[in-house]
Amino acid sequence: MSAGGPTRPVESPRMPSHDVLVIGAGLAGQRAALAAASAGATVGIVSKVHPVRSHSVAAAGGINAALNPEDSWESHAFDTVKGSDYLGDQDAIEIMCREAPDEILYLEHIGVTFHRNETGHLGTRAFGGASQARTYYVADITGQAILHVLYEQLMKHHERLERYEEWFTTDLLRDEHGHCSGAICRNLRDGRLQVFDAKSVILASGGAGQAFKPTTNGLIVTGDGIAQAYRIGAKLMDMEMVQYHPTTLAENGFLITEGARGEGAWLLNAAGERFMEKYAPNKLDLASRDVVSRAEQTEINEGRGFPDGTVALDITKVPRKRTLEALREIVNIGRDFAGVDITREPIHIRPGMHYIMGGVKTDSFGQTNIPGLYAAGEVACVSVHGGNRLGANSLLDTLIFGRRSGEHAAARAKTMPMPTTPASKLADVEANIAAIISRPAGGRRIAAIKEELGTTMNRYCAVFRDAEGLAKAHEIVRRLKQEAPLAAIDDRGSVFNQDVIAAIELGYMLDVAEAILVGAQERKESRGAQFRTDFPKRNDDEWLKHIDIVVNGGDVPQVEYSPVTITRWQPEERTY
Amino acid sequence: MPDYTLRIRRFNPESGDAAHWEDHTVEMQSHSSVLEAILEVKAKVDGSIGIRCSCRAAICGSCGVRINGRPGLACNTHLSEAAARGAEGEPITVEPMGNMPVIKDLIVDMDAVHWKKIRRVTPWLINREPVPEREYIVPHENMVDVTQSMACIQCGACVSDCLSMEVDPFFIGPAALAKAYRFVGDPRDAEPYERLKDLSEDEHGIYDCTHCFNCIDACPKGVAPMSQIMRLRRIAGTDYEIEDRNNGHRHEQAFVKNIKRNGILHEADLLPDSYGGKLHPRAAPELIESMPTVIKAMARGKVTPAKALLHQHKAPAEVKQIFKTIEGRPKRDELNLYVTGVEDAEERGALEHASGNGEPTPPSAVAAAPPKPAPPAPAAGKPPAPAPAAGKPPAPAAAKPPAPPAPPPAPAADKSPTFPAPERLESPPADSANTESESE
Repeated sequence: MSAGGPTRPVESPRMPSHDVLVIGAGLAGQRAALAAASAGATVGIVSKVHPVRSHSVAAAGGINAALNPEDSWESHAFDTVKGSDYLGDQDAIEIMCREAPDEILYLEHIGVTFHRNETGHLGTRAFGGASQARTYYVADITGQAILHVLYEQLMKHHERLERYEEWFTTDLLRDEHGHCSGAICRNLRDGRLQVFDAKSVILASGGAGQAFKPTTNGLIVTGDGIAQAYRIGAKLMDMEMVQYHPTTLAENGFLITEGARGEGAWLLNAAGERFMEKYAPNKLDLASRDVVSRAEQTEINEGRGFPDGTVALDITKVPRKRTLEALREIVNIGRDFAGVDITREPIHIRPGMHYIMGGVKTDSFGQTNIPGLYAAGEVACVSVHGGNRLGANSLLDTLIFGRRSGEHAAARAKTMPMPTTPASKLADVEANIAAIISRPAGGRRIAAIKEELGTTMNRYCAVFRDAEGLAKAHEIVRRLKQEAPLAAIDDRGSVFNQDVIAAIELGYMLDVAEAILVGAQERKESRGAQFRTDFPKRNDDEWLKHIDIVVNGGDVPQVEYSPVTITRWQPEERTY
Repeated sequence: MPDYTLRIRRFNPESGDAAHWEDHTVEMQSHSSVLEAILEVKAKVDGSIGIRCSCRAAICGSCGVRINGRPGLACNTHLSEAAARGAEGEPITVEPMGNMPVIKDLIVDMDAVHWKKIRRVTPWLINREPVPEREYIVPHENMVDVTQSMACIQCGACVSDCLSMEVDPFFIGPAALAKAYRFVGDPRDAEPYERLKDLSEDEHGIYDCTHCFNCIDACPKGVAPMSQIMRLRRIAGTDYEIEDRNNGHRHEQAFVKNIKRNGILHEADLLPDSYGGKLHPRAAPELIESMPTVIKAMARGKVTPAKALLHQHKAPAEVKQIFKTIEGRPKRDELNLYVTGVEDAEERGALEHASGNGEPTPPSAVAAAPPKPAPPAPAAGKPPAPAPAAGKPPAPAAAKPPAPPAPPPAPAADKSPTFPAPERLESPPADSANTESESE
């Protein structure tokens, strides 16, 4: 590392040690940190952005729970199992759906401003793939509202929760017993690297949407945690399952919440036909996301879409007053980013990359195959979403498994001595970063490599896939992996060197993209979000199993299989 | 595609050089955002340009900057709109937000200012007891109402251009006070009175706002922070009858009384009225202190004794009618973005798509009367006793000294508070704009 910034601190670079270190401060990370602190652990929470910038902020529509007396957790669980195309692990799904009502009440009690019904009780809206209206919401800023309220709690409990805001994690650490013993992070503010020792580490750093272009995901969603865990030997699971959201803006891929259809909006093709009648005669526009996205893409591919490769979402079906009260955010998005008043005219949309169901394989306490390393939220794969996540189940996943990870990690920490990390590890990372910063000019630009990665993934690994396209994409990704370490950077400084961060993130995205492609090539059937035009049928006999991907110290992904846990719902044909 | 030239304010604290402007020309669609243009420059020309950004869709609040002098988000400012703000052919200037120290290029230190102010307002719910087993039963209207301040994405645009904060860096400021309304307006909060008392008594609190509307213009989410501050004032002054030691509430009432009586502002009455009237003991020291100003004004002919003492203008019938209409309403109308009387708005055409110039509809124009019930009125007009109850969450309100008796007339010459100031209101350290101390 170069001379260092003017704010280079004098204190020991090995200061922070915590019972529980949480990496990522979106919903899963903040919930995990609060749970661990409540359980008596000392907690550090590290995030490469200020916590309220985390991408959970963009979750719009709501959060599912069977809280109404007429509803039941079993019904919620069945909808989730069916939504997952039977790839979800039913034990984990049962836990999530059973614990959901209490989690909603917890959120309500700490201050989330859930909208009410006419009697002043918590109000619900309908959502895709659900047999009941069980989605609790705050207008269409549900993620933002919950994220900001959790952050209020982090501020309230600051004596027990150290926040490290704008610290970028570069590496996870394993001790001589193979346990995860902390992380090395870089303070973006001054470029300082620091070892964080911890008895338990909870990864909660989100998905990897930026490996695709376009995507609904923010620029920070670069697969950091998935790649960091993968590199130290954690198993990844269900990586081929990439969700394309049915309603994203044509031009820039921005999200139009499923809440719009939940409130009554229709999908129409260019001829004005409500095409979902053909594909999902019962649930229509509120079928599972994979089903709706495939239907849209079929309409578009068969020439019934608009010339710009889209279909239309007609929100004028929703009473205008209701739209302005409950869908305010997409009114703004329509106005600011598409020049459309959605209360007056349909808006053009198409399926766009939104979420990865896969991630670091965990059990229902968030434990990975590496002792001491937990994962929760989009970075993890429990697997509650299987082949396809239901709308409004992701917030629930982050909170339930964030809390469970936090509690379990705190309990584990009680039995452990504080690990200490040899200074050589820090020196290695310092040398790596110094090497990036001093790369000679001449390679491709990082942004160019990232662009090629994103468009490749979106072209070959989207709603419809086949062996040929996936192989081609894999070949391109392998080439990009060769090119990435040569990519030159412009910024040689220490203070907010976003260039060096982008170089590291590019490496993470490439690792994740390769794992996705390996999984997608491996799964020779169509299930959930994975639709193989060369294997268009679901094949339970051969493929009712998870694909796990692991690199055992090397660089070549190895494929393993693990069984799907079935408790009470045997696979059936899936229609909506 | 047209060419746009960005003139970006660069500052690298490690270089030893002063901040400077740097021009970059990009070829982009006119409806592309300023952020997209900056990212294009970063991608193709200079990766060292510092800007925080993530969602690109005006929800994460990272990319607050000043564009052609106006604060806002780079991601939801179109290039064409930004260019139209300046003279024909002039570059689009992009610089860091104001009122906060610059760390590098377009990145400012939000923690040093914005987040400290947020922490100042006890930014978490203090639960009304007993906490129900299930959810609190509260009117839908209240939850929709506080959604407007919940919609704040903490981007700092309002803080950037707050004029009061420029003059008084300790002013709690628009974003934090909007956040305070989110709790005061939440029926589940146990301590709205304590919050309001605290924010009224703080000389950098709700009465420090000067109604400049900058925050309303700046806010990309229609939170209208100034409107939230005015609501805090109305609830504090009118509903809870909090008479603050800064004379903020009396000063506001003096304006209203003045206009009601005269139709126009009669400044000679304004000051004594703000202290309870010419004959009130509180007014005398104020009047004496302001004598030099009065004498100067007389010497320059700006005011005559006759004008000052014998004000003849009387309010015309139209003004009286306005007062009659407003005061005759059964409940107070509040402006709120989410609570829309669609029909009203339709009449005004306020929701029509921006007329040609791409300007977002100002939130106040979209707003209409919400069906918001008045906040719980204190019994018999008496403010509830702000007794710090034991067993409550560790909120500053609980650590606050008991409310003092009516503040003694404080001569403005003597700025040392005669009121026992809460601990956290002590003079902030001279080296920062910190208004509070979360001991981190």
